[in-house]
Amino acid sequence: MSTGIMLKGMTRLVSRVHKLDPGRFLHSGTQAPQCLVARLDNQVPTESPRAISRTLENDPAKHGEQHVGQHYNISIQELKTVFPHGLPPRFVMQVKTFNEACLMVRKPALELLHYLKNTNFAHPAVRYVLYGEKGTGKTLSLCHIIHFCAKQDWLILHIPDAHLWVKNCRDLLQSTYNKHRFDQPLEASVWLKNFKTANERFLSQIKVQDKYVWNKRESTEKGSPLAEVVEQGIMRVRNATDAVGIVLKELKRQSSLGIFRLLVAVDGVNALWGRTTLKREDKSPIAPEELALIYNLRKMVKNDWQGGAIVLTVSQTGSLFKPRKAYLPQELLGKEGFDTLDPFIPILVSNYNPKEFEACIQYYLENNWLQHEKAHTEEGKKELLFLSNRNPGLLERLCAYL
Amino acid sequence: MAAPCVSCGAAASYRLFLAGRVSFAREQGLWKAAAAGLQTGTSCQILRLKHSPAVTTKKNVAALRRESYTVDFIKKQIEEFNIGKRHLANMMGEDPETFTQEDIDRAITYLFPSGLFEKRARPIMKHPEEIFPKQRAIQWGEDGRPFHFLFYTGKQSYYSLMHEAYGKVLHVEERQDQLRAKGLFSEKPKTKDPIGSRWLIKEELEEMLVEKLSDQDYAQFIRLLERLSALPCDAAEEEFVGRFRRTVTVQSKKHLIEPLQYDEQGMAFSTGQGKRKTANAEAVVYGHGSGKIEINGVDYLLYFPVTQDREQLMFPFHFLDRLGKHDVTCTVSGGGRSSQAGAIRLAVARALCSFITEDEVEWMRQAGLLTTDPRVRERKKPGQEGARRKFTWKKR
Repeated sequence: MSTGIMLKGMTRLVSRVHKLDPGRFLHSGTQAPQCLVARLDNQVPTESPRAISRTLENDPAKHGEQHVGQHYNISIQELKTVFPHGLPPRFVMQVKTFNEACLMVRKPALELLHYLKNTNFAHPAVRYVLYGEKGTGKTLSLCHIIHFCAKQDWLILHIPDAHLWVKNCRDLLQSTYNKHRFDQPLEASVWLKNFKTANERFLSQIKVQDKYVWNKRESTEKGSPLAEVVEQGIMRVRNATDAVGIVLKELKRQSSLGIFRLLVAVDGVNALWGRTTLKREDKSPIAPEELALIYNLRKMVKNDWQGGAIVLTVSQTGSLFKPRKAYLPQELLGKEGFDTLDPFIPILVSNYNPKEFEACIQYYLENNWLQHEKAHTEEGKKELLFLSNRNPGLLERLCAYL
Repeated sequence: MAAPCVSCGAAASYRLFLAGRVSFAREQGLWKAAAAGLQTGTSCQILRLKHSPAVTTKKNVAALRRESYTVDFIKKQIEEFNIGKRHLANMMGEDPETFTQEDIDRAITYLFPSGLFEKRARPIMKHPEEIFPKQRAIQWGEDGRPFHFLFYTGKQSYYSLMHEAYGKVLHVEERQDQLRAKGLFSEKPKTKDPIGSRWLIKEELEEMLVEKLSDQDYAQFIRLLERLSALPCDAAEEEFVGRFRRTVTVQSKKHLIEPLQYDEQGMAFSTGQGKRKTANAEAVVYGHGSGKIEINGVDYLLYFPVTQDREQLMFPFHFLDRLGKHDVTCTVSGGGRSSQAGAIRLAVARALCSFITEDEVEWMRQAGLLTTDPRVRERKKPGQEGARRKFTWKKR
């Protein structure tokens, strides 16, 4: 059995060195052993005329122009710590299938990385907005940035999808802190759990600077670590929203002091200024600012603090009451949102260029994902190109059925 | 409808014989009526139903039998037709002398516009020969003896035709032998147009002979004709064989291919139009491009989010192997998403004809890329819930 795998690994090695002769590809059932063996036998990729789909450089800080179009690997442990809740669901499925998490290095992400590396932390936080048409890769670019910041030891404040907070909420409680606002205990507690997984090491270092009284019996003293607040929010679900509010306030206050660097990453930030589908008991609609989570988050994305950066994405996919073809920040944010976020640096994420497209197809072929016999021929690639028009999301959906 | 009358007396030639509403294809009835005619003498008489055993009192039996028309009736119809033709020409303001059948058709479609889909249900005015079916005149004389020597075979015209054809074959072979005996025989290769004509089909032959044939008869006849045509024939025999061949038009020659046009930058482009259900599309295909398609100013990826529609757009390019080579700009209106996709596909295929060779045009036509899809929404009929769906049947 093992010799069989070794032989298979050998043929794959040989085939890769000999410029990826497609005839040698073996179709077998299990993906895992082959991937492992392939990575073991991986060495410096030789110059081949086709785009190389992988790179060995796994640290986002060292990604440069030469890595555009190549996939880099994130280990499963890192995935669990850095992205407890950040990745899009289809990508999670792909990770589970291929047993490895590979992200493609693309130009918008590289641009953002360049800006982030050169930020001046004395100045107020700069806002970057990733925008683009549906399926072009905004969320995954955001994940790339988050991975970089995690590697650089920043504190990551990641809201995976702000749209989830403005729709489909079963239980809305009247806020204990402010009577006119509403609490969302479930969402808040889930988020707190994931926040804790992502930033364990910081929670003990940061000290709270105010005394917070939860109810008659429980309170948090001044100077106690932030971990206590988070614990309180997780255990007492009723106070979870207030816990989130406190966390956000403290982080904002203390990042200016310079102990840590803060990255605020929000996906689907247009949810903060749109409409909600939630209704009060008397069926009247709720505006976003009446939700405590949204209210606090809005304060967070204002650039009146220093010592970090704010990276945002606008997306139509989860948005409410917005036309399908809208993708520009102006359209999706609305007047109010645009005025609040102004000034920001817009970064357009577009479809794959030919090299990236080639690399993506190579990646799928290497993982034996495309099983159609025409998949590795030129005509097959042209068909895929036409049908998906180089849109990454569409390509992934198309390949799912091939 | 058919006026019953009988031409009396010892007429020599064919007489159309009518016995009430009996179709004279029923030979029994005919024999008996003929016998009755003999018995009752030569005076003009109208043979009534009492002599024909096959007539029943049921009303719809008449519809089952073919209506038979007398010679006089047909003659009267032809006269009426000619007079009507002159009246029509007068009405339309044209010259009655030079009023052809096409003019008649045009006038009738103008005067009686019809929206019926079935072309055969629309009003027509044609020569009675084309309207009334050809009927066989009576095959025997007064004494009961048939005229044709092959009458008792049952299919006299068919067998006489076979006899004639075989006679010609023997004649040609005899001539060949004579030539060979004299030494003047020379092998002349037969050159005949292989495509462009076909043999008569069985229905057409039946119509010509006014007789029912079986498949074996038809096959035998065709084999004999092939044998005759394979031998070196002279003009008379060619003409004989030519009576049984029909021309076949090659479809693709009707299709006009537009030449390429060039715009200011020198880029070659071509336009095409397409329709499907209620969608109309007009496409402009540019010669050199990267495979971008723009519809009503929007990229095709955004305009057609469904993969099926994009596959329809891909079909002409994929068929001709020109996937990334052309740019398309098109406008489409009407219909739904699927019919818009079909209309654009047709328009693009038609526009691409200017860029490719004739053979490829023929292949595209055979693949069905150049044909307008004739399917339209069927109308809802009264008494039914939809076009085909009936109301729920309730037993009580």
